[in-house]
Amino acid sequence: MTLLSRHAANLFWIGRYVERADTVARLFEVGSRNALLPNTSGGYRNEWESVLRASGTSRGFAAKYGDDVRERNVESFLFFDSDNASSVASNIENARENARIVRTSLTSQTWDALNNAHQEMRELKRTERSKLSMNDLIDWTLRTASLIRGTIEDTQLRIDGYDFLNIGNYLERADSTARLLDVKYFVLLPQVDFVGSGLDNYQWRTILRALSAHRAFSWAYGGEVTAAKIADFLILNRKAPRSLITCAEETCWHLDRLARAYGNTTTAQTQARLLVANLSEISVEDIFEEGLHEFLTRSINEISDLSATIGDVYLSGEGR
Amino acid sequence: MVEKPSYFNEMGSSGAIRSPYSGLDSWAADMPAEFRNTKQSEAEALFRRIGITFAVYGEGGDPDRLIPFDMFPRVFSADEWRKLDRGIKQRAKALNAFLLDVYSRGEIVKAGVIPGRLVYQNAAYEKAVVGIKPPRGVYSHIVGIDLVRTGPDEFFVLEDNCRTPSGVSYMLENREIMMRMFPQLFRENRIAPVDSYPAQLRRTLASVAPDKCEGAPTVAILTPGHFNSAYYEHSFLADMMGVALVEGQDLFVEGDFCWMRTTEGPKKVDVIYRRIDDAYLDPLCFRPDSMLGVPGLMNVYRSGGVAIASAPGAGVADDKAIYTFVPDMIRFYLGEEPILKNVPTWQCSKSDEQKYVLENLGDLVVKEVHGSGGYGMLVGPRSTKEQIESFRLKIEEDPDNYIAQPTLALSTCPTFVEEGIAPRHVDLRPYCLVGQNIELVPGGLTRVALTQDSLVVNSSQGGGVKDTWVMAE
Repeated sequence: MTLLSRHAANLFWIGRYVERADTVARLFEVGSRNALLPNTSGGYRNEWESVLRASGTSRGFAAKYGDDVRERNVESFLFFDSDNASSVASNIENARENARIVRTSLTSQTWDALNNAHQEMRELKRTERSKLSMNDLIDWTLRTASLIRGTIEDTQLRIDGYDFLNIGNYLERADSTARLLDVKYFVLLPQVDFVGSGLDNYQWRTILRALSAHRAFSWAYGGEVTAAKIADFLILNRKAPRSLITCAEETCWHLDRLARAYGNTTTAQTQARLLVANLSEISVEDIFEEGLHEFLTRSINEISDLSATIGDVYLSGEGR
Repeated sequence: MVEKPSYFNEMGSSGAIRSPYSGLDSWAADMPAEFRNTKQSEAEALFRRIGITFAVYGEGGDPDRLIPFDMFPRVFSADEWRKLDRGIKQRAKALNAFLLDVYSRGEIVKAGVIPGRLVYQNAAYEKAVVGIKPPRGVYSHIVGIDLVRTGPDEFFVLEDNCRTPSGVSYMLENREIMMRMFPQLFRENRIAPVDSYPAQLRRTLASVAPDKCEGAPTVAILTPGHFNSAYYEHSFLADMMGVALVEGQDLFVEGDFCWMRTTEGPKKVDVIYRRIDDAYLDPLCFRPDSMLGVPGLMNVYRSGGVAIASAPGAGVADDKAIYTFVPDMIRFYLGEEPILKNVPTWQCSKSDEQKYVLENLGDLVVKEVHGSGGYGMLVGPRSTKEQIESFRLKIEEDPDNYIAQPTLALSTCPTFVEEGIAPRHVDLRPYCLVGQNIELVPGGLTRVALTQDSLVVNSSQGGGVKDTWVMAE
């Protein structure tokens, strides 16, 4: 059946918002673990500030709380605050609102998962804060996002709408992995002296943990944590579910399915294939030669270009 | 002592249970209170899960409010339904004949049956569609006829809804939920199914595709959007019919046709089932500030590039001032006697009738001519002196705006209430489909006034709904 462009956009955004809620919770985890580290070696002056920067909400936070960067304020702002468009609450709310519009394109299980997330969030907001631990909030968010993705994967018909849900999901994930990595280098660890220090290793492990990849990394690489191994794992390793190349390949796969279903290949497919091809050919040495930060910035821009092309071709109703 | 008015109880009373309800009295009476509560919360959970909620205009509060669902079904025998079926179809046919007539030759006005003033100066009369003959001559494709009952064989039409009557999703979901919760009731009774409604609606809409349409027509439902209180119904119907649910922004006009924006590029739309008012359809033709409509749509409609259901202008037939004349329409166009009666109605615009109304305000129901949803209404016997006096002033100020009807002794149906089972007043809205054929599913939406003695069944005023059964022949 025909899929309206506007509804395809709703599905695409459900995928993005759910993944975004997930990312914010993972950032939270990074912050809370780093806060446990004794602040002796003079790492970043405040671990929570780095989390705000990584989620791109420093300015909004400052407007509301000034420079009172305390755990409780950050938690309120990043988890519960509906005025903060990046908070877990806003992302869940937006995902559910988009779902309500395309209610009939979702299976009852997918709708239930999204709708229950919204009801549970309302419940959490009403709960006394002293009764909620940060770990519970993080766990709840990761579990909720997994449940929603699981129902999509298990119950949605494999039609174009399913592809748009996934494209949103994987583009968002690619973006978030790239940003998390970038943050590690340019926000968490401000001085070159610390590279290779105990603090450096601790932070890398935290990032791995936040990406649920701590054990997977040990299994794949073993031994010491080094920047090169991590970059290889999170950018170029096809086995890692959140690596850039995995996200690019999944996006490409879903775009190819659309091209087959519609009998029409567009610039979106061309662009996605180019992204995969580049990531397949590049080595971790090349990346460090270019500069990790430069490489990640370029990748973030390419992902955002692809997203814009998908918007033009499929979500505006103008493409033919 | 004031004599308590006696109401017709559709189930009858103990010892003399009327046949369509046989078995239900003991089913309800034998239900343990605990079980009943479990079932009631199960029903609520199901409604919430499905997403059927209802926002009440101007109320604020929870936008996800549920319409209360009463588990005690409302039942009609096959014989009772046969008569209703004929009466409803007759009325739907006459209303459509009237619409086609008043937008072309106006024979009924020329013959002096209906005063021209009431038609041509009616706010709902759409000058922009004069002379247009919609496909198959149908203006109102879904006619919702609100019925009340006062005795075993006494049915009255309370009002007609020729534009976009809502509530049919409740008819379907109420049945779905009852079947899920009480399957044995459906095994023990032969209840006519209603689930063919979406297929019939789709067939009806496809049958009025314009002549220019080649091949299978593309049908779409046009909704004002997901903030509308009836959005659930719009998306439900789109889903059940397998058609697109569009907003104004999804449609555009190019060349002689109307198109929707899809992931595969523009796709031509042949039939639009609109759930927005005439005034918002096309900002170039009606309200220029409308963001909900499609600029240029009326041009395409006029040149036969798209069909619109209900057709713009259909509202003039369900106006409360025109209502009085429906029995005359039936005689005029069909040469038949009306099967269903109108409620006697006094027009405050006529001075002798106004005099009667003002003298008897305490016994009458007074309604605004264009009001709906139970707002702006006076129920004389249930009102205070102050309320009555304030209505007297309103009528004297603007008599054309009011009609009055006697307070009907609405029938009651057993209903689960806090204390057990008690009679509550009900009405009925069946949904008649008019296209190539005239069709009516055996059933409708029964609304129930949950407050004791209340006669107002509107969901915006605290009414609930029931599953409506028609026993199979």
